[in-house]
Amino acid sequence: MSILIDKKTKIIIQGFTGKFGSFHAEEMIKYGTNIVGGVTPGKGGQTHLNLPVFNTVKEAVKNTGANASILFVPPAFAADSAMEAADAGIKTCVAITDGIPSHDMIKIKRYMRRYSKAEKMTLIGPNCAGVISPGKALLGIMPGHIYKEGKIGIIGRSGTLGYEAAQQLKNLNIGISTSVGIGGDPINGSSFKDIIEKFEQDDATEAILMIGEIGGPQEVAAGEFVKENMKKPVIAYIAGLTAPKGRVMGHAGAIVSAYGESAVEKVELLKECGVVISKNPSVMGETVKTALNGKKS
Amino acid sequence: MDIHEYQAKKILSGFGIEIPRGGIAYSPENAENKAREIGGSKWVVKAQVHSGARGKAGGIIICNSALEVAQAADKLLGKKLITKQTGPQGKIVHRVYIEEATDIKKELYLGLVFDRSSECIMVVASTEGGMSVEDISKEKPESIIRSKIEVAVGMQKFQAREIAFGLGIDPKLISRTAEVIIGCYRAFSELDATMVEINPLIISKNDHILALDCKMSFDNNALFRRNQVSELRDKAQENSNEVYASDRGLNYVSLEGNIGNIINGAGLAMASMDMIKLAGGEPANFLDVGGGATPEKMVKAFKLISQDEKVKVILVNIFAGINRCDWVAEGIVQALQKIEINMPLVIRLAGTNVEKGNKILKESKINYIEASTLEDAANKAVKALKELGKN
Repeated sequence: MSILIDKKTKIIIQGFTGKFGSFHAEEMIKYGTNIVGGVTPGKGGQTHLNLPVFNTVKEAVKNTGANASILFVPPAFAADSAMEAADAGIKTCVAITDGIPSHDMIKIKRYMRRYSKAEKMTLIGPNCAGVISPGKALLGIMPGHIYKEGKIGIIGRSGTLGYEAAQQLKNLNIGISTSVGIGGDPINGSSFKDIIEKFEQDDATEAILMIGEIGGPQEVAAGEFVKENMKKPVIAYIAGLTAPKGRVMGHAGAIVSAYGESAVEKVELLKECGVVISKNPSVMGETVKTALNGKKS
Repeated sequence: MDIHEYQAKKILSGFGIEIPRGGIAYSPENAENKAREIGGSKWVVKAQVHSGARGKAGGIIICNSALEVAQAADKLLGKKLITKQTGPQGKIVHRVYIEEATDIKKELYLGLVFDRSSECIMVVASTEGGMSVEDISKEKPESIIRSKIEVAVGMQKFQAREIAFGLGIDPKLISRTAEVIIGCYRAFSELDATMVEINPLIISKNDHILALDCKMSFDNNALFRRNQVSELRDKAQENSNEVYASDRGLNYVSLEGNIGNIINGAGLAMASMDMIKLAGGEPANFLDVGGGATPEKMVKAFKLISQDEKVKVILVNIFAGINRCDWVAEGIVQALQKIEINMPLVIRLAGTNVEKGNKILKESKINYIEASTLEDAANKAVKALKELGKN
């Protein structure tokens, strides 16, 4: 098993015919992902990469049975596309788009409140690398070959730092059940806690590596969830030790503005919750390995 | 994006918030004329820099004649103002704001920010105006009123009234205060702000409610649809290297250390900086060239880092995904043909086609130190720096 996506997931691409959408669609198809078509308003009826193009997400869902989507739509139109996906019954939507205004993200989340828990779409991102269930499916922009199939769940904000972790694990011959990039924006679709909860319920996941950073309350909220509800070990690294207060470090969300938001404070609060800390980014893999060995003995 | 006090005041007055009469000036003569235009017998001359805590730094001067206004403007214009928030390098005053002085009966604090936990707009108010909100929460936490506003439905009148009553306002001024609070909320939500702060919001001796000082910040991601806001940007208030970087699509923050970084991805950049610190060094900057690390971006990045006089060693750390290491390596070689680097250069490549990438670097004529892991790269950069010190 895995979380969010597997071999059976039927995926459509929103912003299919654009340069970026086309490029990554091909990469996902090469990986063996079950891409069933795409949506570009006004280009319905055409064929692109040997797949059907639809005008609306509803049409795409009706004709292909799609249950997941990935968004390569420019920032100004991305919120609209995400809400369209939610309304068409898409279950998992990854928003790759970087630069969506915070007010728009809040709007999407409030819009989705109209759906019952069973009907509600899981939105991942925006400004993220997406989701990969190694050996099964890729719903994102990460390089598939660095992810070995296995039993560790990864959640992180950053794309390349997530790749770094996957590579370190692969070098130690440790594989991954699913890796989820939740993105670097202050308001995002799914939080660390939302994803950790899914990993706890997934039979194939044995331990979770959480790669957080400065700014915002999400890492600590996940820590509190771990303390109260989790049986599986959680290992964490928090980036941004050297970040000065009040400055945005690349990710719009990476800014220390309140107590508990600096790397040092987050590490302390997570330790109190029983999360194992990777003391630096070079030993994320080794820390996971040690935690796994400790669990077995 | 931050704007000046006088710009924020102009915006807020458009949302029905009363401000003292005032005008902007670029020279002492200009300031003197403005003071006469405004009239009255007492004025405040305020340095316009993107920073709070200007009063304590000598950036706000009270004057009793138009001549004094000219003298105050002369003293402030062209000077560097160093406040608690600007850092030791300070910010240059290019304009001053001349305002009529107001007789204050009561000073209040009013701020609006995004609350990331509840994903609402949070209004923070206090009876202790004039102090920074950090100081208020330390010294008078009981005076703070917080109210979460649901963005989808906007602020309701009762919510604004509750805040006003909570501030202990005279009942006859409640509805006027509530209008001010709603005006701030509307400015925040209609202009894609990320912060609105009026400190102090005052009640004058003749019972007017006025914004005496205010600050506004805006969501950079929303500037594409807020032309009236984006044209208020004052690049002179920003770090010149940061302006250079943001104009070229690079994410850059200038720091105090001397190891320059070029990294792809914000998280990996922060992680690499952490490793530098743990290895005993200090990063000179945060620089994310974007996940793709294209040759064009690498040229711009090397140019930017080589402009920074603090930098003694450069560390490049690129994790290549779909952009392969061989392609990234070619980009680095091309960049270094265009830009001369006369200092130790540590390069760590990882990810797709790493062997090919390292081979391209080795076979090129560039002078560099190869590193294999994050830790190795940081250690080698710090070692190179220490060896410089010995010579």
